[in-house]
Amino acid sequence: MDSTLRLIAANPVDKLARTVEALLVVASAPLTVAELAEAADDDPERVETALGLVRERFSEPRSGIVLEEVAGGYAFRASREAADACSRLFERPVERGLSPAALETLAIVAYLGPCSRPEVARIRGVAADSAVASLVERGLISEAGRESGPGGAVRYKTTPLFERVFGLESLAALPRLDDLGEDATELRTRLLEVAESRAS
Amino acid sequence: MRELALDLDAFEGPFDLLLTLLLSEDLEPRDVDLAGVVLAFLEVLAERDEVDLDACGEFLVLISALLELKARALFPDEAAELDALEPEEAAEELARRLAEYRRMKEAAAWLAERLVSERDRFFRLGPAPLAPQPERRLAPQDPEALGAALRLLATPPPSVSLNHMALRFPPVAQFLERFRALLSRRRRFDFDSEVHGLSRVEQAVAFLALLELRKAGEVAISQAAPFAPIRITKADVERIDTWTRRSA
Repeated sequence: MDSTLRLIAANPVDKLARTVEALLVVASAPLTVAELAEAADDDPERVETALGLVRERFSEPRSGIVLEEVAGGYAFRASREAADACSRLFERPVERGLSPAALETLAIVAYLGPCSRPEVARIRGVAADSAVASLVERGLISEAGRESGPGGAVRYKTTPLFERVFGLESLAALPRLDDLGEDATELRTRLLEVAESRAS
Repeated sequence: MRELALDLDAFEGPFDLLLTLLLSEDLEPRDVDLAGVVLAFLEVLAERDEVDLDACGEFLVLISALLELKARALFPDEAAELDALEPEEAAEELARRLAEYRRMKEAAAWLAERLVSERDRFFRLGPAPLAPQPERRLAPQDPEALGAALRLLATPPPSVSLNHMALRFPPVAQFLERFRALLSRRRRFDFDSEVHGLSRVEQAVAFLALLELRKAGEVAISQAAPFAPIRITKADVERIDTWTRRSA
């Protein structure tokens, strides 16, 4: 009798929330709503409601585990409060020792990708071989086909790990870079002055 | 060696095509990892039991030429390119390049800052071996229909026709002997009249025998016009004729 009453009282979305929670604990990469709905064999809209419940339950400073929306999906991470303890036990090898050259290459691939190594080299003015190799090894960029035409160069794009490491919901969360208009005009004027003085 | 298969960052395909693309300037030498080409060649060389000195020599010459091309391409005369432009155009081009690079430099700075601010985010990392999803689910099936489908599969396939196997080629030697015997009796004969009545396959083999005789210098073959009868002459007769004509 008691058991029956408890079943009636249980919120069906709450049960789904527990399933979603379990799926997210097992996953080692962010899961999309569609993936969660498929695995839970439930409706995507109900899954989103369940995610709301899980997010409420696993939020800072309430819990040591935090649900975040990252890299186009949902994933658990440790709370920032526990960061010191985590850093004493774990490393962050993906981003450790990222050189300025690697960061520039990463920025080019993130904003202009998929793009090839020669394209990166053309923008940076120096060869990008080692920077690209280092980023591939860290899993921050990956191959994304080749340029068209015979013998086309390999093209690269950022991976979901890149978005996760940088805490981005998606690539659309990158800041816009079109606020450099004034700088470009100033540059152009300065260069024109130099060119004219050389011509005269 | 020219068929050497390459899988480089900037190029994928045979060595031959790489050479063509570089020479036709469809591919920038500076983008090609020549060390990768050398490694690929060495791998092929290691797989072989014998060293092909000709191939090695050819490869050395080609790779040296490519290295020279690449070395030249690595020092482009950008100043000359810009000098060819008007001052306004040169300034515009430089400004465009610098602005593009500056944008990316700022983006890199933003990423570096982001990395610092997200330093205290720890999460689980590792491969995510998700269970493979079946591409489509089968609708409920009627057992009888399934049985019928299985019965169809169990039906023995129709026997394969082996008629084409009956095509037998007579040995070339047979016609060689026949033509030699003929030439010992007669100095000239017409090929068409000799093979008349034989099957197409036999006629083809007879022609092969004829070519063999010609290769060995035993006969001379002549034909007045296309599709005219092929005339076979014993070689010494031909030589005598030639000698006679030259003497005349």
